[in-house]
Amino acid sequence: MTGIINYGAGNIFSVIVSIRNLHEEVMVVSKPEMLRNIDRIILPGVGAFDHAMKYLKKTGLSEAVKEEIKKGKFLLGICLGLQMFFEHSEEGKLKGLGLIKGEVRKLPGKENLPVPHMGWNTVNIIRDSKFLKNLQDNSFFYFAHSFYCVPEEKSTVVALTSYGIEFASVVQKDNIIGVQFHPEKSAKHGLRLLKNFLRMK
Amino acid sequence: MLAKRIIPCLDVKDGKVVKGIHFKNLRQAGEVVDLAKYYSDQEADELVFLDISATSEGRKTLKNLVKNVASNISIPFTVGGGIKSIDDILILLENGADKVSINTQAVRNPNIVYEAAKKFGSQCIVVAIDAKRMGSHRWDVYIESGKIPTGINVKEWAKQVEDLGAGEILLTSIDTDGTLAGYDFQLLTNITKAVKIPVIASGGAGSLEHIYKAVTECRASAVLLASLLHFKTFTIKQIKKFLAERKIPVRMN
Repeated sequence: MTGIINYGAGNIFSVIVSIRNLHEEVMVVSKPEMLRNIDRIILPGVGAFDHAMKYLKKTGLSEAVKEEIKKGKFLLGICLGLQMFFEHSEEGKLKGLGLIKGEVRKLPGKENLPVPHMGWNTVNIIRDSKFLKNLQDNSFFYFAHSFYCVPEEKSTVVALTSYGIEFASVVQKDNIIGVQFHPEKSAKHGLRLLKNFLRMK
Repeated sequence: MLAKRIIPCLDVKDGKVVKGIHFKNLRQAGEVVDLAKYYSDQEADELVFLDISATSEGRKTLKNLVKNVASNISIPFTVGGGIKSIDDILILLENGADKVSINTQAVRNPNIVYEAAKKFGSQCIVVAIDAKRMGSHRWDVYIESGKIPTGINVKEWAKQVEDLGAGEILLTSIDTDGTLAGYDFQLLTNITKAVKIPVIASGGAGSLEHIYKAVTECRASAVLLASLLHFKTFTIKQIKKFLAERKIPVRMN
Protein backbone atom coordinates (compact mmCIF):
# COMPACT_ATOMS: atom_id res chain seq x y z
CA MET A 1 0.00 0.00 0.00
CA THR A 2 1.18 3.51 -0.89
CA GLY A 3 0.61 6.42 1.46
CA ILE A 4 -0.04 9.81 -0.10
CA ILE A 5 0.39 12.74 2.24
CA ASN A 6 -2.44 15.25 2.15
CA TYR A 7 -1.71 18.73 3.38
CA GLY A 8 -4.98 20.25 2.32
CA ALA A 9 -3.84 22.75 -0.29
CA GLY A 10 -5.03 21.43 -3.57
CA ASN A 11 -4.91 18.64 -6.06
CA ILE A 12 -3.65 15.31 -4.78
CA PHE A 13 -6.53 13.65 -6.62
CA SER A 14 -4.48 13.04 -9.77
CA VAL A 15 -1.69 11.35 -7.81
CA ILE A 16 -4.23 9.08 -6.10
CA VAL A 17 -5.90 8.19 -9.38
CA SER A 18 -2.59 7.49 -11.13
CA ILE A 19 -1.44 5.12 -8.38
CA ARG A 20 -4.80 3.36 -8.25
CA ASN A 21 -4.74 2.95 -12.02
CA LEU A 22 -1.52 0.99 -11.50
CA HIS A 23 -3.53 -1.44 -9.34
CA GLU A 24 -1.94 -0.29 -6.12
CA GLU A 25 -3.85 0.43 -2.91
CA VAL A 26 -3.69 4.01 -1.71
CA MET A 27 -4.04 5.52 1.74
CA VAL A 28 -4.42 9.26 2.08
CA VAL A 29 -2.25 10.12 5.06
CA SER A 30 -3.04 13.00 7.40
CA LYS A 31 -1.71 11.62 10.72
CA PRO A 32 1.67 10.12 11.69
CA GLU A 33 0.24 6.81 12.94
CA MET A 34 -1.23 6.15 9.48
CA LEU A 35 2.28 5.76 8.08
CA ARG A 36 2.96 2.54 9.99
CA ASN A 37 0.95 0.27 7.74
CA ILE A 38 2.07 1.57 4.41
CA ASP A 39 4.95 0.33 2.24
CA ARG A 40 6.05 3.58 0.61
CA ILE A 41 5.26 7.28 0.81
CA ILE A 42 4.47 9.95 -1.76
CA LEU A 43 4.82 13.60 -0.81
CA PRO A 44 2.88 15.38 -3.53
CA GLY A 45 3.54 18.86 -4.76
CA VAL A 46 0.81 21.34 -4.11
CA GLY A 47 0.68 24.71 -2.45
CA ALA A 48 3.34 26.99 -1.09
CA PHE A 49 6.47 25.99 0.87
CA ASP A 50 5.66 27.48 4.28
CA HIS A 51 2.04 26.39 4.18
CA ALA A 52 3.05 22.80 3.52
CA MET A 53 5.97 22.72 6.01
CA LYS A 54 3.79 24.22 8.71
CA TYR A 55 1.26 21.47 8.16
CA LEU A 56 3.88 18.70 8.25
CA LYS A 57 5.39 20.06 11.47
CA LYS A 58 2.05 20.69 13.18
CA THR A 59 0.74 17.19 12.47
CA GLY A 60 4.01 15.52 13.41
CA LEU A 61 4.22 14.08 9.92
CA SER A 62 7.65 15.57 9.25
CA GLU A 63 9.23 13.52 12.06
CA ALA A 64 7.13 10.46 11.27
CA VAL A 65 8.19 10.49 7.59
CA LYS A 66 11.85 10.65 8.66
CA GLU A 67 11.33 7.64 10.93
CA GLU A 68 9.80 5.59 8.13
CA ILE A 69 12.65 6.45 5.76
CA LYS A 70 15.16 5.23 8.35
CA LYS A 71 13.31 1.90 8.29
CA GLY A 72 14.10 1.72 4.57
CA LYS A 73 10.75 2.70 3.09
CA PHE A 74 10.92 4.56 -0.21
CA LEU A 75 9.78 8.17 -0.42
CA LEU A 76 8.84 10.02 -3.60
CA GLY A 77 8.59 13.80 -3.49
CA ILE A 78 6.84 15.57 -6.33
CA CYS A 79 7.52 19.24 -7.18
CA LEU A 80 7.11 21.08 -3.87
CA GLY A 81 7.40 17.63 -2.26
CA LEU A 82 10.94 17.41 -3.63
CA GLN A 83 11.74 20.99 -2.62
CA MET A 84 10.78 20.22 0.98
CA PHE A 85 13.53 17.54 1.11
CA PHE A 86 16.11 20.34 1.32
CA GLU A 87 17.25 22.53 4.18
CA HIS A 88 15.63 25.79 3.18
CA SER A 89 13.89 27.55 0.31
CA GLU A 90 13.83 31.08 -1.00
CA GLU A 91 10.05 30.69 -1.21
CA GLY A 92 9.59 30.50 2.53
CA LYS A 93 10.93 31.32 5.95
CA LEU A 94 10.47 27.91 7.56
CA LYS A 95 13.11 25.18 7.51
CA GLY A 96 12.69 22.27 5.13
CA LEU A 97 12.82 18.59 6.08
CA GLY A 98 16.61 18.51 5.65
CA LEU A 99 16.62 15.02 4.13
CA ILE A 100 19.06 16.11 1.43
CA LYS A 101 21.72 18.78 1.86
CA GLY A 102 21.17 21.86 -0.24
CA GLU A 103 18.71 24.62 -0.86
CA VAL A 104 15.87 25.76 -3.07
CA ARG A 105 16.21 28.90 -5.17
CA LYS A 106 13.95 31.04 -7.32
CA LEU A 107 14.25 30.53 -11.08
CA PRO A 108 16.00 33.56 -12.57
CA GLY A 109 13.50 34.25 -15.36
CA LYS A 110 14.74 36.08 -18.41
CA GLU A 111 13.27 37.50 -21.53
CA ASN A 112 11.53 34.66 -23.35
CA LEU A 113 11.80 32.47 -20.26
CA PRO A 114 8.74 33.27 -18.18
CA VAL A 115 8.47 32.17 -14.55
CA PRO A 116 6.70 29.94 -13.45
CA HIS A 117 8.43 27.40 -15.66
CA MET A 118 5.20 25.97 -16.93
CA GLY A 119 4.72 23.23 -19.47
CA TRP A 120 6.45 20.23 -21.04
CA ASN A 121 10.22 20.10 -20.91
CA THR A 122 12.80 17.39 -21.52
CA VAL A 123 14.57 15.39 -18.84
CA ASN A 124 18.21 14.53 -19.49
CA ILE A 125 19.33 11.42 -17.60
CA ILE A 126 22.87 11.66 -16.21
CA ARG A 127 22.93 8.74 -13.78
CA ASP A 128 21.54 5.23 -13.67
CA SER A 129 18.55 4.62 -11.43
CA LYS A 130 15.93 1.89 -11.29
CA PHE A 131 13.45 4.71 -10.96
CA LEU A 132 14.14 5.72 -14.59
CA LYS A 133 14.08 2.19 -15.97
CA ASN A 134 12.68 1.90 -19.52
CA LEU A 135 12.56 5.64 -19.92
CA GLN A 136 14.08 7.18 -23.01
CA ASP A 137 16.52 9.99 -22.46
CA ASN A 138 15.10 13.46 -23.16
CA SER A 139 11.46 12.45 -22.75
CA PHE A 140 8.98 15.25 -22.07
CA PHE A 141 7.49 15.81 -18.61
CA TYR A 142 5.09 18.42 -17.28
CA PHE A 143 6.59 21.12 -15.06
CA ALA A 144 4.85 23.88 -13.11
CA HIS A 145 7.19 25.61 -10.66
CA SER A 146 9.01 28.84 -9.85
CA PHE A 147 11.72 27.38 -7.61
CA TYR A 148 14.42 24.79 -8.22
CA CYS A 149 16.63 22.59 -6.05
CA VAL A 150 20.35 22.95 -5.64
CA PRO A 151 21.66 19.77 -3.98
CA GLU A 152 25.02 20.11 -2.28
CA GLU A 153 26.15 16.59 -3.17
CA LYS A 154 26.19 16.35 -6.95
CA SER A 155 25.97 12.56 -6.69
CA THR A 156 22.30 12.93 -5.76
CA VAL A 157 21.42 14.48 -9.14
CA VAL A 158 19.98 11.80 -11.45
CA ALA A 159 18.59 13.96 -14.26
CA LEU A 160 18.78 17.55 -15.44
CA THR A 161 16.44 19.92 -17.20
CA SER A 162 17.37 23.21 -18.70
CA TYR A 163 15.41 26.41 -18.56
CA GLY A 164 17.83 29.30 -18.78
CA ILE A 165 19.86 27.41 -16.21
CA GLU A 166 20.33 23.66 -15.78
CA PHE A 167 18.62 22.34 -12.69
CA ALA A 168 18.13 18.95 -11.02
CA SER A 169 14.83 17.51 -12.24
CA VAL A 170 15.32 14.07 -10.67
CA VAL A 171 17.14 13.70 -7.37
CA GLN A 172 17.87 10.51 -5.47
CA LYS A 173 19.62 9.71 -2.23
CA ASP A 174 19.25 6.02 -1.42
CA ASN A 175 15.54 5.44 -0.77
CA ILE A 176 14.63 9.12 -1.11
CA ILE A 177 13.61 10.16 -4.62
CA GLY A 178 12.30 13.50 -5.83
CA VAL A 179 11.09 14.85 -9.15
CA GLN A 180 10.60 18.51 -10.02
CA PHE A 181 7.98 17.68 -12.67
CA HIS A 182 4.57 16.09 -12.19
CA PRO A 183 4.63 12.41 -13.21
CA GLU A 184 0.89 12.18 -12.51
CA LYS A 185 0.33 14.82 -15.21
CA SER A 186 2.93 13.61 -17.69
CA ALA A 187 0.89 11.09 -19.67
CA LYS A 188 2.58 7.74 -20.37
CA HIS A 189 6.13 8.68 -19.36
CA GLY A 190 4.88 9.85 -15.99
CA LEU A 191 2.97 6.63 -15.41
CA ARG A 192 6.11 4.68 -16.30
CA LEU A 193 8.02 6.39 -13.49
CA LEU A 194 5.23 5.89 -10.97
CA LYS A 195 5.18 2.22 -11.92
CA ASN A 196 8.95 2.02 -11.41
CA PHE A 197 8.57 3.69 -8.02
CA LEU A 198 6.03 1.10 -6.88
CA ARG A 199 8.53 -1.64 -7.72
CA MET A 200 11.46 -0.18 -5.83
CA LYS A 201 12.79 -2.13 -2.90
CA MET B 1 13.74 22.82 -24.32
CA LEU B 2 10.40 23.95 -23.02
CA ALA B 3 7.74 23.03 -25.56
CA LYS B 4 5.15 25.51 -26.82
CA ARG B 5 1.77 24.25 -25.67
CA ILE B 6 -1.32 23.52 -27.73
CA ILE B 7 -4.38 23.76 -25.49
CA PRO B 8 -7.88 22.82 -26.64
CA CYS B 9 -10.63 24.75 -24.91
CA LEU B 10 -14.05 23.28 -24.18
CA ASP B 11 -17.07 25.33 -23.17
CA VAL B 12 -19.11 23.38 -20.68
CA LYS B 13 -22.68 23.95 -19.60
CA ASP B 14 -24.39 21.80 -16.97
CA GLY B 15 -21.75 19.14 -17.48
CA LYS B 16 -21.96 18.97 -21.29
CA VAL B 17 -19.82 20.51 -23.98
CA VAL B 18 -21.68 23.21 -25.85
CA LYS B 19 -20.93 25.07 -29.08
CA GLY B 20 -21.55 23.13 -32.23
CA ILE B 21 -18.86 20.53 -32.10
CA HIS B 22 -18.87 17.77 -34.66
CA PHE B 23 -16.77 14.82 -33.67
CA LYS B 24 -17.81 12.03 -35.93
CA ASN B 25 -15.56 9.41 -34.41
CA LEU B 26 -16.89 9.80 -30.88
CA ARG B 27 -19.63 7.66 -29.44
CA GLN B 28 -21.38 10.45 -27.61
CA ALA B 29 -20.70 13.80 -29.19
CA GLY B 30 -20.56 16.48 -26.56
CA GLU B 31 -19.61 14.31 -23.59
CA VAL B 32 -16.85 16.15 -21.78
CA VAL B 33 -14.87 13.12 -20.68
CA ASP B 34 -14.89 11.61 -24.17
CA LEU B 35 -13.67 14.85 -25.68
CA ALA B 36 -11.04 15.24 -23.00
CA LYS B 37 -9.75 11.74 -23.74
CA TYR B 38 -9.91 12.38 -27.46
CA TYR B 39 -7.75 15.50 -27.23
CA SER B 40 -5.45 13.91 -24.68
CA ASP B 41 -4.86 10.98 -27.08
CA GLN B 42 -4.15 13.53 -29.81
CA GLU B 43 -1.32 14.81 -27.61
CA ALA B 44 -2.91 18.01 -26.45
CA ASP B 45 -0.50 19.48 -23.91
CA GLU B 46 -3.22 20.65 -21.56
CA LEU B 47 -6.96 21.17 -21.56
CA VAL B 48 -9.09 24.10 -20.49
CA PHE B 49 -12.72 23.81 -19.44
CA LEU B 50 -14.77 26.94 -19.19
CA ASP B 51 -17.96 26.45 -17.26
CA ILE B 52 -20.75 28.63 -18.51
CA SER B 53 -23.47 27.23 -16.26
CA ALA B 54 -25.30 30.05 -14.57
CA THR B 55 -27.12 27.90 -12.00
CA SER B 56 -25.93 26.41 -8.72
CA GLU B 57 -27.09 23.03 -9.99
CA GLY B 58 -24.71 23.49 -12.90
CA ARG B 59 -21.86 24.25 -10.48
CA LYS B 60 -22.48 21.02 -8.60
CA THR B 61 -22.41 19.10 -11.85
CA LEU B 62 -19.09 20.78 -12.60
CA LYS B 63 -17.52 19.31 -9.48
CA ASN B 64 -18.38 15.77 -10.55
CA LEU B 65 -17.29 16.49 -14.06
CA VAL B 66 -13.88 17.67 -12.88
CA LYS B 67 -13.51 14.48 -10.88
CA ASN B 68 -14.50 12.39 -13.85
CA VAL B 69 -12.06 14.12 -16.19
CA ALA B 70 -9.24 13.86 -13.65
CA SER B 71 -9.87 10.13 -13.34
CA ASN B 72 -9.57 9.63 -17.06
CA ILE B 73 -6.70 11.74 -18.35
CA SER B 74 -3.11 12.24 -17.21
CA ILE B 75 -2.36 15.66 -18.63
CA PRO B 76 -2.94 18.94 -16.81
CA PHE B 77 -6.24 20.73 -17.01
CA THR B 78 -7.60 24.10 -16.03
CA VAL B 79 -11.15 24.88 -14.98
CA GLY B 80 -12.62 28.34 -15.20
CA GLY B 81 -15.94 30.12 -15.14
CA GLY B 82 -17.93 31.44 -12.21
CA ILE B 83 -15.17 31.22 -9.58
CA LYS B 84 -16.01 33.61 -6.75
CA SER B 85 -14.13 32.46 -3.67
CA ILE B 86 -11.16 30.57 -2.26
CA ASP B 87 -13.63 27.80 -1.40
CA ASP B 88 -14.72 27.55 -5.03
CA ILE B 89 -11.07 27.09 -5.97
CA LEU B 90 -10.44 24.53 -3.25
CA ILE B 91 -13.40 22.42 -4.38
CA LEU B 92 -12.12 22.34 -7.97
CA LEU B 93 -8.53 21.54 -6.97
CA GLU B 94 -9.62 18.86 -4.51
CA ASN B 95 -11.60 17.21 -7.25
CA GLY B 96 -8.66 17.03 -9.60
CA ALA B 97 -8.30 20.34 -11.44
CA ASP B 98 -4.66 21.37 -11.75
CA LYS B 99 -5.30 25.04 -12.26
CA VAL B 100 -8.20 27.42 -12.04
CA SER B 101 -8.87 30.36 -14.27
CA ILE B 102 -10.32 33.48 -12.68
CA ASN B 103 -11.71 36.35 -14.72
CA THR B 104 -14.58 38.56 -13.50
CA GLN B 105 -13.99 37.96 -9.80
CA ALA B 106 -10.31 38.91 -10.11
CA VAL B 107 -11.41 42.35 -11.33
CA ARG B 108 -14.13 42.73 -8.69
CA ASN B 109 -11.87 41.53 -5.87
CA PRO B 110 -8.20 41.41 -6.90
CA ASN B 111 -7.34 40.11 -3.44
CA ILE B 112 -8.66 36.67 -4.46
CA VAL B 113 -5.66 36.30 -6.77
CA TYR B 114 -3.25 37.14 -3.95
CA GLU B 115 -4.96 34.85 -1.43
CA ALA B 116 -5.26 31.96 -3.88
CA ALA B 117 -1.63 32.19 -4.97
CA LYS B 118 -0.49 32.29 -1.34
CA LYS B 119 -2.54 29.27 -0.39
CA PHE B 120 -2.33 27.07 -3.49
CA GLY B 121 0.80 28.39 -5.20
CA SER B 122 1.06 30.64 -8.24
CA GLN B 123 1.40 27.69 -10.60
CA CYS B 124 -2.29 26.87 -10.31
CA ILE B 125 -3.73 30.37 -10.58
CA VAL B 126 -4.51 31.55 -14.09
CA VAL B 127 -6.03 34.97 -14.60
CA ALA B 128 -8.14 35.19 -17.75
CA ILE B 129 -8.31 38.62 -19.33
CA ASP B 130 -10.85 39.51 -22.00
CA ALA B 131 -9.52 42.47 -23.95
CA LYS B 132 -11.25 44.83 -26.32
CA ARG B 133 -9.42 47.25 -28.58
CA MET B 134 -10.26 50.89 -27.77
CA GLY B 135 -7.80 52.60 -30.09
CA SER B 136 -4.65 51.94 -32.02
CA HIS B 137 -2.62 51.15 -28.90
CA ARG B 138 -5.14 50.74 -26.13
CA TRP B 139 -7.16 47.79 -24.95
CA ASP B 140 -9.65 47.67 -22.08
CA VAL B 141 -10.59 44.81 -19.79
CA TYR B 142 -14.14 43.48 -20.14
CA ILE B 143 -15.84 41.21 -17.62
CA GLU B 144 -18.96 39.02 -17.38
CA SER B 145 -18.16 37.10 -20.57
CA GLY B 146 -17.14 40.25 -22.39
CA LYS B 147 -20.38 42.09 -21.68
CA ILE B 148 -19.27 44.71 -19.17
CA PRO B 149 -16.51 47.27 -19.81
CA THR B 150 -14.36 48.13 -16.81
CA GLY B 151 -12.30 51.00 -18.19
CA ILE B 152 -9.19 49.20 -16.92
CA ASN B 153 -6.18 49.18 -19.21
CA VAL B 154 -5.24 45.60 -20.15
CA LYS B 155 -1.50 46.14 -19.86
CA GLU B 156 -1.82 47.68 -16.39
CA TRP B 157 -4.15 44.90 -15.30
CA ALA B 158 -1.78 42.20 -16.60
CA LYS B 159 1.08 43.69 -14.58
CA GLN B 160 -1.13 43.95 -11.52
CA VAL B 161 -2.24 40.32 -11.60
CA GLU B 162 1.38 39.27 -12.04
CA ASP B 163 2.26 41.22 -8.89
CA LEU B 164 -0.67 39.66 -7.07
CA GLY B 165 0.77 36.21 -7.77
CA ALA B 166 -0.99 34.92 -10.88
CA GLY B 167 1.06 32.17 -12.50
CA GLU B 168 -0.25 32.63 -16.01
CA ILE B 169 -2.38 34.93 -18.11
CA LEU B 170 -4.99 33.66 -20.53
CA LEU B 171 -5.39 36.56 -22.92
CA THR B 172 -8.44 36.61 -25.17
CA SER B 173 -9.19 39.28 -27.72
CA ILE B 174 -12.92 39.90 -27.87
CA ASP B 175 -12.47 41.52 -31.28
CA THR B 176 -10.89 38.52 -32.97
CA ASP B 177 -12.51 35.67 -31.01
CA GLY B 178 -14.18 33.17 -33.27
CA THR B 179 -13.27 35.09 -36.44
CA LEU B 180 -10.47 32.74 -37.59
CA ALA B 181 -8.82 35.92 -38.90
CA GLY B 182 -5.80 35.70 -36.61
CA TYR B 183 -4.96 36.73 -33.08
CA ASP B 184 -4.74 40.39 -32.15
CA PHE B 185 -0.97 40.13 -32.52
CA GLN B 186 -0.33 43.68 -31.37
CA LEU B 187 -2.21 43.08 -28.13
CA LEU B 188 -0.39 39.80 -27.58
CA THR B 189 3.07 41.30 -28.10
CA ASN B 190 2.18 44.21 -25.85
CA ILE B 191 1.26 41.92 -22.97
CA THR B 192 4.04 39.33 -23.32
CA LYS B 193 6.49 42.25 -23.21
CA ALA B 194 4.86 43.70 -20.11
CA VAL B 195 4.91 40.61 -17.88
CA LYS B 196 7.33 37.81 -17.00
CA ILE B 197 4.71 35.11 -16.44
CA PRO B 198 3.55 32.87 -19.33
CA VAL B 199 0.83 34.25 -21.59
CA ILE B 200 -1.62 31.98 -23.41
CA ALA B 201 -2.89 33.46 -26.68
CA SER B 202 -6.59 33.08 -27.34
CA GLY B 203 -9.15 34.29 -29.84
CA GLY B 204 -8.95 34.26 -33.58
CA ALA B 205 -6.55 31.54 -34.69
CA GLY B 206 -7.54 30.42 -38.17
CA SER B 207 -4.34 29.16 -39.73
CA LEU B 208 -1.07 27.44 -38.85
CA GLU B 209 0.78 30.67 -39.62
CA HIS B 210 -1.30 32.48 -36.99
CA ILE B 211 -0.18 29.98 -34.36
CA TYR B 212 3.43 30.16 -35.52
CA LYS B 213 3.43 33.95 -35.28
CA ALA B 214 1.84 33.89 -31.81
CA VAL B 215 4.52 31.61 -30.33
CA THR B 216 7.48 33.21 -32.13
CA GLU B 217 7.49 36.97 -32.62
CA CYS B 218 4.61 37.55 -30.19
CA ARG B 219 6.26 35.29 -27.54
CA ALA B 220 3.15 33.46 -26.36
CA SER B 221 3.96 30.38 -24.27
CA ALA B 222 0.89 28.54 -25.44
CA VAL B 223 -2.11 28.84 -27.70
CA LEU B 224 -5.68 28.14 -26.73
CA LEU B 225 -7.71 26.69 -29.58
CA ALA B 226 -11.42 26.06 -29.92
CA SER B 227 -13.11 26.35 -33.32
CA LEU B 228 -9.98 25.42 -35.24
CA LEU B 229 -9.81 22.04 -33.49
CA HIS B 230 -13.50 21.43 -32.86
CA PHE B 231 -14.33 21.87 -36.53
CA LYS B 232 -11.29 19.81 -37.46
CA THR B 233 -9.71 22.47 -39.63
CA PHE B 234 -6.44 21.11 -38.26
CA THR B 235 -5.54 18.32 -35.88
CA ILE B 236 -3.15 18.87 -32.98
CA LYS B 237 -0.62 16.62 -34.73
CA GLN B 238 -0.72 18.75 -37.88
CA ILE B 239 -0.17 21.88 -35.84
CA LYS B 240 2.76 20.36 -33.95
CA LYS B 241 4.31 19.01 -37.13
CA PHE B 242 4.08 22.45 -38.74
CA LEU B 243 5.78 24.07 -35.73
CA ALA B 244 8.41 21.33 -35.40
CA GLU B 245 9.41 21.75 -39.05
CA ARG B 246 10.05 25.40 -38.24
CA LYS B 247 12.28 24.52 -35.27
CA ILE B 248 9.72 25.38 -32.62
CA PRO B 249 9.99 22.98 -29.67
CA VAL B 250 6.81 20.94 -29.31
CA ARG B 251 6.06 17.77 -27.41
CA MET B 252 5.75 14.83 -29.76
CA ASN B 253 6.08 11.22 -28.69
